[in-house]
Amino acid sequence: MMDVGRHPNITLYSYSEVDALTGFVGNFHITIRRKARYVVESECTACNDCVEVCPVVVPDEYQQGFSSRKAIYIPFPQAVPSAYVLNMEECLGNNPIACGKCAEACEKKCIDYDMQDELINIEVGVVIVATGMEVYDPTELDEFGYTRHENVVTSMEFERLICAGGPTEGHFLRPTDRETPKTIGFIQCVGSRSENRGNPYCSNICCMNTVKDTLLLRDHYPDIEAKVFYIDIRAFGKGFEDLYKRSREGGVKYIRGIPGEIEENPETKNLLLTVENTTTGQLEKHELQMVVLSLGLVPRHDGDLLKRFLTLSNTVDGFLMECHPKLKPVDAPTRGVFFAGCVEAPKDIKDSVTQAGAAAARASILLNAGKVKVEAITSRIIEEKCNYCGICARVCPYHAIMEPDRKAKKAPVVIQAACAGCGTCAAECPQDAIEMRHYRDEQYLAQIEALMAERPHEHIVTFACNWCSYPGGDDAGTARLQYPTSCRLIRTMCSGRVDEDFVMHAFRLGAPIVLVSGCHFSDCHYIDAVQWTQKRVERMWNKLERLGIRPERLQLDWISAADGQKFARVMRELEEMLKTVTMEEIKHTMEVLSNGKAEKKATAAKKAKVKKKTPTKKAKVE
Amino acid sequence: MTDEMKKPDDLRIGVFVCDCGLNIAGTVDCRAVAEYAETLDDVVAVVRNKYTCADPGQNEIKRAIEEHNLNRVVVASCTPKIHEPTFRNCVAEAGLNPYLFEMVNIREHCSWVHQREKEKATEKAKDLIRSGVARARFLEPQIEEEVPVTKAALVIGGGIAGIQAALDLADAGHKVYLVEKEPSIGGIMAAIDKTYPTMDCSI
Repeated sequence: MMDVGRHPNITLYSYSEVDALTGFVGNFHITIRRKARYVVESECTACNDCVEVCPVVVPDEYQQGFSSRKAIYIPFPQAVPSAYVLNMEECLGNNPIACGKCAEACEKKCIDYDMQDELINIEVGVVIVATGMEVYDPTELDEFGYTRHENVVTSMEFERLICAGGPTEGHFLRPTDRETPKTIGFIQCVGSRSENRGNPYCSNICCMNTVKDTLLLRDHYPDIEAKVFYIDIRAFGKGFEDLYKRSREGGVKYIRGIPGEIEENPETKNLLLTVENTTTGQLEKHELQMVVLSLGLVPRHDGDLLKRFLTLSNTVDGFLMECHPKLKPVDAPTRGVFFAGCVEAPKDIKDSVTQAGAAAARASILLNAGKVKVEAITSRIIEEKCNYCGICARVCPYHAIMEPDRKAKKAPVVIQAACAGCGTCAAECPQDAIEMRHYRDEQYLAQIEALMAERPHEHIVTFACNWCSYPGGDDAGTARLQYPTSCRLIRTMCSGRVDEDFVMHAFRLGAPIVLVSGCHFSDCHYIDAVQWTQKRVERMWNKLERLGIRPERLQLDWISAADGQKFARVMRELEEMLKTVTMEEIKHTMEVLSNGKAEKKATAAKKAKVKKKTPTKKAKVE
Repeated sequence: MTDEMKKPDDLRIGVFVCDCGLNIAGTVDCRAVAEYAETLDDVVAVVRNKYTCADPGQNEIKRAIEEHNLNRVVVASCTPKIHEPTFRNCVAEAGLNPYLFEMVNIREHCSWVHQREKEKATEKAKDLIRSGVARARFLEPQIEEEVPVTKAALVIGGGIAGIQAALDLADAGHKVYLVEKEPSIGGIMAAIDKTYPTMDCSI
């Protein structure tokens, strides 16, 4: 911590937040709001004179409320920067008549009641998001009585009670009688691994944290009897099993089963735990003098703004989604942005440090290069076709398209470095005024025509995204999962690229079934482009219905990269469906779609205002 | 082909069919596939290889590019997830723009999943190559744009992860801005007494 404060290359803005962030890889513009500290940071010597005279006493957050602090305070003795901060909401008022004692006491005159928030603009090339996590609040788990029984504490409170720098100066005392408890219980998975309340995931650190706590207790108080109530003990890291073994051999009792209830003896304030021991199958009761709830970790509640600034999304657990869970675990899907620590998933200190090092190294690659190449698959606006509707700018998951100006007839502008090439804009553009470099409409239409050139009625035209469904098909191949030969696959970078024209063209040329497949919503490699896939396919279903074509002949499925089983299953299911599509049905579809008027009518019925280009030339089928 | 589609004139496409040992050739009749590829419009050279990705296979591609003056290359082998970069480099070494390369997957998506239906798998391989060639006709050389990178980093969050990332970047000589919401850095770790597995102080 001290190293950060004095490193010549680091500018530390503490008590500060990111107010605004724009730009793209290599070129981020940030506004930092430096909140008013009311103490001139550079002048303060942390002499404590101001604290002594401050009359306002409030609970100390750092000590988990076990002790108090003043309205002007230093968070903890080793704080960096080593400077006081005045909490203006707690201060008797920056009205010197009401109080003003600290300003009087400060010899260096570094207390300034009139200090204002300061806005600082900086330019950077890369961003590392290390905003961390929060600790689960056990209040909702009423059976543990955290709010009712004083001797039920959280694992974070335990840390302060055992710490030499804590409120009891390292004497481990229980809250009710300030005596060292003779018996103590730890309850694991509080807020974790639960489908009902709390979170379904494992919080990673709590097992080992409890093992550590039991070892600390045994070092300080060898006579304390400790019991750990658990589901399983996950001691998977280097040296972890060893610590766990030491804890067990030191006499800590590990009981497999989570207590259903904690009751308090009103006189002794001791706690009575009822637990089903799943090893013995017995219902047990344990009387303990103190209980520690081993809390899980949860995503930060205040991360939404940053997520919006950087176009980040999260996985189902609420933590930020990485670019690739195995191959790019510290890269954000947005280029030039990296993750370090628990913001990506719960992890311990070692893993946080490892990931931080990896993030720094990944960021250094860009910084050292001094320039970044953009894969030539980005989108390009064809200005003469554009009618300035702005749909492209609205659907772009990366905000890489600057809104058009209808009045000034200024077409939208694609920021090449920010474009990831998903092609959602090109598929959504009602004017076909967007071209994807290397993945142009003509190429897809030509591929469809080539695939439909022979025996089109036997083929399932499959659009598969580059990141999930296509490798899902690869996975089926690697596992040698056999499925019918009818699939004819076309790769798109994202399922969001699949234009209505592609699907209709396949049907027009005699395809019995078309499958659009992409990543699951939580895995989408283009943040949330897949939502546009879904919306577009729904639109197409409606259109097919209006045209008298069975909508189920257009299928939509999400297949992940590791799910070859599903890929093969979908292909088998579609083969069955294929058998239900008659030649008459296919011929009817071909006729309807080759008749520009009918298709136009169906489109017009839905989007009266939006002009839709329809091919006029009759499709050629061999 | 619809009217508005434009393809470059003077297309000279080379198709390289890979046996992948028996991985492909064990199921797909690669000779028949190669013969079929020769019949496709604009295809001026077809080469069959035992392992196209190996050095001899790549050398064949380079030789064919020179000999037949190819301006589009289609390799029908495995998944592009593995060897697309390999072959892009290969054609670039032969002087072609790497974006003039197209890959057709006749292994993971064909021979490996239709092992008991050899004839149909062969037909499918032909279809997929026809589709790949159709796409290749419209390939254009692409230039990868470069944008400058501002030589500074922003680290948001001053817990253990942010501190470590900031120090590493700073030690590497980069300018770092570290933004922390609270009055002090340290994060949750600063509130912990001892840490596992070393059982030492957190601060």
